[in-house]
Formats: sequence, C-alpha cells, structure tokens
Amino acid sequence: MVRSNSLLTAGLMSTWLALLSPSAQALSSQAATEQVQARLLASVDAVRPGDQIVLGVQQRIIPHWHTYWRNPGDSGIATTIAWSLPPGASAGDIQWPTPSRFNLGPVTNLGYEKEVTLLSSVQVPDAVKAGGSFPIQAKVNWLVCQEVCIPQEVQLELVLPIVHKGASVGPGSPLIDQAKARLPVTSPWPVQIEHRADKLALKVTSLELQSAKIKDIWFYPAKWGQVVHNAEQTRRQEGDALVLDLQSGEDPVLAGDTLSGVLVVTEDGGDGAVSRGFTVESTVLPGVATSASQPLDIGLAAALGLALLGGLILNLMPCVFPVLSIKALALLRHADQSPAQKRLHGLVYTSGVLASFALLAGLLIALKAGGSQVGWGFQFQSPLFVLAVAYLIFAVGLSLSGVFSIGGSVAGVGSSLAERPGYSGAFFTGVLAAIVATPCTAPFMGGAIAYALAQPAGVLLAVFLSLGFGLALPYLALSTWPALQAALPRPGLWMERVKQGFAFPMYATAAWLVWVLAQQAGVNSVAIALAGMVVIAFAAWLYESFRHGQGLPRLAGLGVASLALLMALVGGYVGISVSPAGTAGSSAQLAAGTDRHWEPYSEQRLRDLRAKGEPVFVNLTAAWCITCLVNERVALNQSAVTNAFKDAGVTYLKGDWTNQDEQITKVLSQFGRSGVPLYAFYPKGIDAAPVVLPQLLTPDIVLAALKAAAIP
Amino acid sequence: MSRRTFSKLVLASLTLAWLPLAAQAVATIDQAAPAFSGKGADGRTINLSDYKGKTVVLEWTNHDCPFVKKHYDGGNIPKLQKEAAAKGVVWLQVISSAPGEQGQVDGPPAIKINGYRDSKPAGTVLDADGTIGKLYGAKTTPHLFIVNPEGKLVYKGGIDSIPSSNPADIAKADNYVSSALTALAAGKKVANPSTQPYGCSVKYAS
Repeated sequence: MVRSNSLLTAGLMSTWLALLSPSAQALSSQAATEQVQARLLASVDAVRPGDQIVLGVQQRIIPHWHTYWRNPGDSGIATTIAWSLPPGASAGDIQWPTPSRFNLGPVTNLGYEKEVTLLSSVQVPDAVKAGGSFPIQAKVNWLVCQEVCIPQEVQLELVLPIVHKGASVGPGSPLIDQAKARLPVTSPWPVQIEHRADKLALKVTSLELQSAKIKDIWFYPAKWGQVVHNAEQTRRQEGDALVLDLQSGEDPVLAGDTLSGVLVVTEDGGDGAVSRGFTVESTVLPGVATSASQPLDIGLAAALGLALLGGLILNLMPCVFPVLSIKALALLRHADQSPAQKRLHGLVYTSGVLASFALLAGLLIALKAGGSQVGWGFQFQSPLFVLAVAYLIFAVGLSLSGVFSIGGSVAGVGSSLAERPGYSGAFFTGVLAAIVATPCTAPFMGGAIAYALAQPAGVLLAVFLSLGFGLALPYLALSTWPALQAALPRPGLWMERVKQGFAFPMYATAAWLVWVLAQQAGVNSVAIALAGMVVIAFAAWLYESFRHGQGLPRLAGLGVASLALLMALVGGYVGISVSPAGTAGSSAQLAAGTDRHWEPYSEQRLRDLRAKGEPVFVNLTAAWCITCLVNERVALNQSAVTNAFKDAGVTYLKGDWTNQDEQITKVLSQFGRSGVPLYAFYPKGIDAAPVVLPQLLTPDIVLAALKAAAIP
Repeated sequence: MSRRTFSKLVLASLTLAWLPLAAQAVATIDQAAPAFSGKGADGRTINLSDYKGKTVVLEWTNHDCPFVKKHYDGGNIPKLQKEAAAKGVVWLQVISSAPGEQGQVDGPPAIKINGYRDSKPAGTVLDADGTIGKLYGAKTTPHLFIVNPEGKLVYKGGIDSIPSSNPADIAKADNYVSSALTALAAGKKVANPSTQPYGCSVKYAS
C-alpha cells in the first residue's frame, strides 16, 4: 500500500522512495500514486473451502499515461503481482486483457490506458475453516509512462470471510466480469503463420473478417523480438484468408517455432469502437525462403528455381499437356520444314509464353503500384474470369474431340494450331498455353508467386518470366534439337486418337472450374455455366456442319452459330454479374432450423411478447460484425446461457442487420445506437424497462443481467 | 533473331531483375555498424570511424530515467565504464532526448551530471535531433551497442538480463555488457549478440 498521505504529499518525495519504504500500518484494498489508483478485487464476497475464485488488480490511470502488457513493446516493463496467500492457496498467472498500442516516435509500447483489471485465479484450499478469514495480499509493481516513466509499487490487502460449503458467496465485484469480457478469446477461425523471407504472414481464414468493417487489426506478439513492434502490419486478402504481414524482429521465429500472441480486431460498434482480442498460438510453417538469416538473394534464387521448376511441371498439367503435345506432334507432320524453321517456331512460341507472363506480371505491378492489395489468384476471385476460362477450355476440348476446327483463326484453337504454318500461329499457341496454364498455376505456384508479390517490381517480373520460361522450355528444346525430334514416335493414325483422348483432361478442367465458380457465385451460376457450355457445343457443331457449305445455308448456319455463341457469352456475363455474390450468411440465416434457441426478431413479435409481460432478450447482429459473432460464441450460445433463458422463460429474439434493415435501424436509434451489436433484456412484467448489456459479453454478464432482473 | 541471341536476352532479363535487391539493413549484428559523426559534450566532434581498431560501447542514456538511475546510482554503469577504459575499450554515451524532453542536456550540464555520478565515459554524444538514435534503432535508455575493432556491430540490447527498476536486481542479473566485453577481449564471439533492451523509451521528438 501507499501510506495514506502519499497521494497528498507526492510532491514532497519521489514516488519511488515513498513506495519503497516499508510500512507497518494495516494494508487496505486500495492504494494510489499520482498516476494510478489501484484496487484489489475478488469475484466473490466470501470464500468456501475448495473453491476457485478470481482476483483482480484494477489500475485506474490518469489521462495520457499508460501501464504495460505482458510484452511491453519497445520499452517499458510489464506489471507484476506478487501474491501472499494463506498456506495451501496458490494463484495462477496474470490473465491479461486485450492490450492497446502507443506510438512515441519510433518507439511502440503495448499496454493499457485509462483502466485495466489484471485477473488471476486462486485456488482456495480444502483445509480452510469456515468462520475464519482468508487474507489476500498483493504486492503490485508497475511502470507508468506518459513521456517520462515512473516505476511504482503498492501493497494491497483484501480479507474475505470463509463460509461453509453450500453457503452463498455473494456477487463479488462486477469489475471482474467486465475484465473477463476484455480477455482475448480463442480465435473462432483457423490461423496460420507462414515464414516468408524476413516476414511472417499471419493468415486468418474467415468469411466474417472479409466482410467486417475493420477499423484496425493488429497482432500483438507475446514475446519481445519476434515481430518488429513499430513496423506497419499490412493487411491484404489472399483468397478466403485475411493476411497480415509481420516484420520479423531481433529474435525472429523460424519455421517450426511457435508464435503466440493476440490478434486485436477493432471495428465500429453501435456505441463507439469495440476491440476484441483473439489468442493466436501457431507453429510457423515454412514459406518459400527458408530462413531469415539467409541473405535475400538466396530467397530470390530459390524463388526463381522454384518458378522454373513449376513452369516445367505446368507442361504436365491436364490443361496444358494436350496443347503442348499437339504442338509437338505438328513438328512430326511438318517434316518438310528445315531445322532452322522449326527452331524459329520454338523461339516464337517461347516469346508468346513470355509475353503473356510479362503482361500478367505488369498487370500485377500496376495494381500493386495503384495501392491494391493483390494476392496471387486475384483473377480467380472474379467469377467472370473463371467462367471465361471454363468456356475457353471447354471449347479447346470440343476442338480436340473433333467437333469443330477453326481454320486460319489467329488464336488457332486445338488441332488447327498444329496445322498453322505461320509464325503468328506459333506465337499465339504460346499465349494460349499461358492462358490455359493459369488455372493450374494458382495451386502449384502459390508459394513462389506469393514471395514475388511481396518483392519489388523487378523481382516479381523475374519470377514470372522464370515461370514462363519453364513452361516454354520443353517445346523450345524439342524444336531446337533435331535429335530430340528423332526420338518422337513416327506419325500415323494414332495421333488422331491421342488428340481426341486429350479432350478429356480439358473437360475435367472445365468441370473443376465450374465447381470453383459454384463456390464463388452460388448454385445458380452452375446452371448458367452449364447452359452456356451446351450452347457453345451447339454453336461449334453448327459451325462445323455449315462451314464447308455454300451460299445461304452456310451463311444462315454460321449466323445462327455466332448468335448462339454470343448468347452463351452474354448470358454468362449477365447471369454471373447479377446473381448475388456468395454473401457470408449471417448467423441469423445460417443457424435457422437446427435446434435453435432463438427466433427471428420482428417488431410485432416483440410487441406481442411484451404485451403479455414476458421476458425477452433481443440481440441485434450482422454477418459482418465480428464482435457480434464472438459474443454469440463465447456467451449467448453457451449452454449456461441457453439453459438460463429456458429456465427463466426468456424468449430470445435475434435481428439481422446485415443489410441494414429499416425496422432494426429504428430499434437501434431508440437505444441511441448507430449500429450493432445491441443486447437488450426486457425483464418479466409489462412495465419493466429494458436493460442494455455491454458490447462485450461473457456468460456471467448475461446471467447477472437475468439475475438482477429477477430480484425485485 | 538467332537462338543464341534469344537465350541471352532471356538470361539477361532474368539477371537484371535480381539487381533491385539492395540491402537496407540498419545496425545489424555482424555487419558494419552505421557510421556517425556527432557533437561531443566537450565541444569536439566524435566520429565512430576515429575509433577503428578499438572496441566501442555505445550507451543510450537519459539521466532522469529511473532505469538509468538504477544502473548509475547502484554504481553498475560507472564500474563498467572504468573496466572498459582499463581494457582500452572506448565507452560513448549517446543522448538522443529531443529539446524539451526528459534527459536532454547541453554539453556543460552533461559533463557536470557525469561528475556527480562518478561516470567517466570516453565521450558523450549529443544527438538532440535523434539522427544517431534512429540510425541504430535505439529504443530504450539504457540501450547498449558494441562495435568491434573491425567496425562490425557485435552486440545490441539490454544492459543485463533482469528487466526491472529495482537496484537489488543488478547483483542477480546476468550482465550482458560485461560478458560481451570479456568475450571480445578473449577473442571470442559474443554469446548473446542480441538481447531485449529494457527501460524508458528514448525521448525522440514525436
């Protein structure tokens, strides 16, 4: 404790000296320094033998000053509590509420301002005697800083009576529950941490986070040195995952190590910003570059090598192999060409591939420069792109099956590409190979490309060119060395069979793409895509049937074919664009039907229930509200709460504000809120006024509200 | 275009793309310590390069910070400074507190403060604009850096292993600076080249 006059006479002596001097006076549960008022609190008013209780040390800090979290950041020191407890009793580690961060120039501190309650659980021994007392002493050391820092120490004491097992222990301090609501909770979403060069990529796979209106998201490492505290943690989207880039610190974690800490998500709640902490404890997965201690250029070399290898492997992918094989077979057919001509074919083809990859890299660089947070596979986030590639690959399949062939077209699809003697044909075969390779690139090249995306433009381009070069390499080699060509089997009818057989991997790829599309744009998009394919097949058949004809029938046939093709494309475009995107269904929609313990909110239903004086719990939520989601998981869906609702006859009404429903907006404004979450409890009785619960819930907070209302 | 020219082109474009990877490391262990030149408390200019061939200790300090007081009042840092001087090690204090902030002093008071603390560093660098502090990434007072005779950074971090403001902990702690200087004098590698610094934040202008 602080001697009682130290608050008044703080100016006379340095606080440190005042606090250090031992005191013989009786201790109290409160003590204050110039900057901090400390209080010792308990979850109970009395203890019973064998109970587990929760103690709290509350710090009320004057404005602009702060105390520290378990990892204080670049400077500062975590608060410590040394407990003196009766024999046999033991206290657990401090449970730290979700911290905030403070930037002082280049120095970043992690801690708390205004108010914080540090919790510890204490086991009361079985041996304590009812009727006696249970004294608890805490020596609390902290550093409090604004710009200057002051170490302070206080001693606090709380004496709780010991009562018989079965006796009431009282409600204890409500501050304990409030503090519990501020503790980080287990992340409801899978969290992955990948090692990437000198960075760590923290990936949270969550549809909710994607649609949430996040004001701030920050990872607080549990230990010093693992992550640079003052480095920007850039946020971007990679597929379904939200990715935070963390700069490795002085004591970097390597692949296989565990990184732990708290991910703090701040969003606009109905009543100001709400922060929620999620505990993260995850083994770091190896990324492309193996170790931070290795110079960066080895990371690049590895990335280039991987990209080249990946490009080579792409040749074997179901979507690319057929195109390449046919190109190779063409070499056999054109036995009349001179070696020099063949070689030039190979080079032109290679340049076609490289040009396509350079274009893709350029596009990514431009998007990055424009500030977009692009991840690889960004193009596959567009359902339209997926549909277009599915159509293209389906058409290539049809052509391989022999349904149609396009003579003399620039793009030279299918067999015709092999027959085109011109060099433009070779170039565009390269382009086609690059395009059909893209669906396969994402899963196989993700690592190298993710690395490239985080690098300067030059590296990004190099990795992409390396990938393209790998893709072009087999054909380039084949066309360059006649010896290799000699190793190819002799041409014959089998070539036609092989070509037709290759149509099936194409169909399989198209089927896979339709599945991808279904994930993105829902069930209706599958119908649109499949109908489009039928129409494309019909158009192809018409085209092939009439192209060799004469006069009007030919014109009519080709006209109808073009019209059908146009229909498929426009239909696909319009259908996919207007069909509602795969919105993350709010919990209000998702849980419908499955033994749910709530009813959808409606003004009418609430009025009817209240007219009868029945107790009602109203939860106004939205799919994009992270706080809402977490409150439901940690509190409202817990059996303790659902049972208490049932026992007390409380009707639980849940309103979905995902699409800013007018009716709900009105209710929110009645409670003076501009957004969700809102939790209101209408106790039993027609005249009972609703009680608004805090924005961060624990089961105990809800139960306490229920209980308080039950006491008249 | 011949095949050869083309392959050369491809190779060249791949090689060129490697170039933008210039290292931008700041105060990294086993790399050259960032060079600096600053005004000394006694008015002369202090260049790090002047001490090539000698081991140099850089100590970020702020005489009003309780953590600095812990190590000066308890005699820990003055003792280390004397031991360093006896080994021919150059001990430089650096004050990066901005004007108006805690710990910012001009030359004469800096010398006076060292006098009553019995502190005898080889020099005190006045870095009120924080340039040197930011160059080294100094975060706390105290925060220590050791540069070996070849000019490489061989230690950065805390003064010892117990982050507290309690002088009683000095005796219990593992003194990283003392261990590092002993290792260097014996021609060995520093066992813990990077440790957690603790203390007040360096009072840069924000």
